[in-house]
Amino acid sequence: MGVAAEQAGEIGPPVKKGPLVKRQSAWTRATHWAWAISLFFLLVSGLQIFNAHPRLYIGQQSGFEFDNSVLSIGAVRKPDGSVGGVTTLMGQQFDTTGVLGYSGPPGREQVRAFPSWITMPSYQDLATGRVVHFFFGWILVTTMLIWFVASLLNGHLRRDIVPTGADMRKLPGDIADHARFQFRHGRHYNALQKLSYGMVLLILCPLMVLTGLTMSPGMDAAWPWLVDVFGGRQTARTIHFGVMVLLVLFFIVHVAMVVLSGPFNNLRSMITGKYRIDPEDRA
Amino acid sequence: MTRFSMRRRKFLTATAAGVAGTTLAGCDVFDPLLRPGHPVRDAMAGANALTEAAQRLLLDDNALAREFSASEIRQGMRPNGSTDPTDIDYLIAKQNDFAFYRLEVGGLVESPASYSLEELRNMPARTQITRHDCVEGWSCIAKWTGVPLAAILDEVKPRDSARYCVFHCFDTYGGAGLYYESIDMIDARHPQTILAYGMNDAALPVRNGAPLRVRIERQLGYKMAKYIRRIELVDDFSRLYRGKGSFWADLGYDWYAGI
Repeated sequence: MGVAAEQAGEIGPPVKKGPLVKRQSAWTRATHWAWAISLFFLLVSGLQIFNAHPRLYIGQQSGFEFDNSVLSIGAVRKPDGSVGGVTTLMGQQFDTTGVLGYSGPPGREQVRAFPSWITMPSYQDLATGRVVHFFFGWILVTTMLIWFVASLLNGHLRRDIVPTGADMRKLPGDIADHARFQFRHGRHYNALQKLSYGMVLLILCPLMVLTGLTMSPGMDAAWPWLVDVFGGRQTARTIHFGVMVLLVLFFIVHVAMVVLSGPFNNLRSMITGKYRIDPEDRA
Repeated sequence: MTRFSMRRRKFLTATAAGVAGTTLAGCDVFDPLLRPGHPVRDAMAGANALTEAAQRLLLDDNALAREFSASEIRQGMRPNGSTDPTDIDYLIAKQNDFAFYRLEVGGLVESPASYSLEELRNMPARTQITRHDCVEGWSCIAKWTGVPLAAILDEVKPRDSARYCVFHCFDTYGGAGLYYESIDMIDARHPQTILAYGMNDAALPVRNGAPLRVRIERQLGYKMAKYIRRIELVDDFSRLYRGKGSFWADLGYDWYAGI
């Protein structure tokens, strides 16, 4: 396919365009979308599971007669007689009526930690939440392993994920460019991309899987070091929740960057593998 | 070529809008697929067989759950589920501190037997301080004393065809029928699987399952049936109750609760 023909389909004044290059391997593309789907279902089923006991602790056990709680979400009767949602984070109380603790359409509000529009199923059903969570947990772990082996063999990991010394030297410039919403479109990831993808794929996702396994009494007997590494089953559960928050933040920034830096080009590279780079970046 | 490119762009936009729309509409769009009996749900629940197989592979049959020191017992054992059964047979058994209670052990065994609480207390005991993990997410550490189930099994001699140990309980919970639970012979013979009659150096309280509750330390709390009336060895639990082998499994929870 000719560059000229491709240009005719673009909107706006004719500008000098760089070439289409192959950027993403089929392994990366397939696993990317498998993760997008499974992380979505893991999030919403995970919030369903959390709602069964919406309280997080530090240590081996949950303090019922002592206080080792770091987060709790609940409902209270307010002085004016109405019911409200209260979220307590590190001893600090926040009124979260309508979102956390007490939510729902007017007249049909419910006492529930996370609101029904973000849990799966929408109604309280721990058993089903677990079915969905573990099914997609297996898909996530399997596709992570496939991606890791493929990326090790095809050089994606070394070339695109693990930052080099040169990347780190370019980091301040990269941050300044991103802050001004000026994006370079090179064949390879920039330093911020490498750092954020590396953080998610090599640190946060493995941490998510391991803290998840630490909540399993079977796995704790098989691999007793799990409990020691994370400082207790309840601490592991708290870390599992914290990493979820970080992954949601990553998702928001990731989608914002995709939109700001050329959604068509970015989506194309994750579907067909082809990416149009800047003319001066012809490498 | 141009048209193709435009069509592709529209497709991408429509897909993105579709995904965004689904999210905005809320997760309830998936609810119908998740009802018990729906093929999508049943297919997803199949992953639990994978979890069980993986854990059985990684977990030595005799690997122990962690035991804690006495200083880690920082609170009373949190009760859950039934805490004060009012079923008539339970009230009868409870009279005089369970003086007339007898645990019946039968099914696929060579020599069925029954035991009074006193007889069980006089058998060699095991005491363990372990962490109880509830499926809801909380944990609580307590000390449990009881008879290893393996010792009972050695006396009644399960037949070769016995594959599961079923615990029939006194209590009904939430109007959903009699509580029952089952485990395979690996967990039944595990050294930490005990029929507990004592908790935190006292007699097992009613709220925690008196006169007997089973401890299955490598699984979640809902497997550890309270108010045990009868133990039955079976080769297949599909004829019991609603056929899934456990009160909670009948209600959609996983039969294997190692995670």
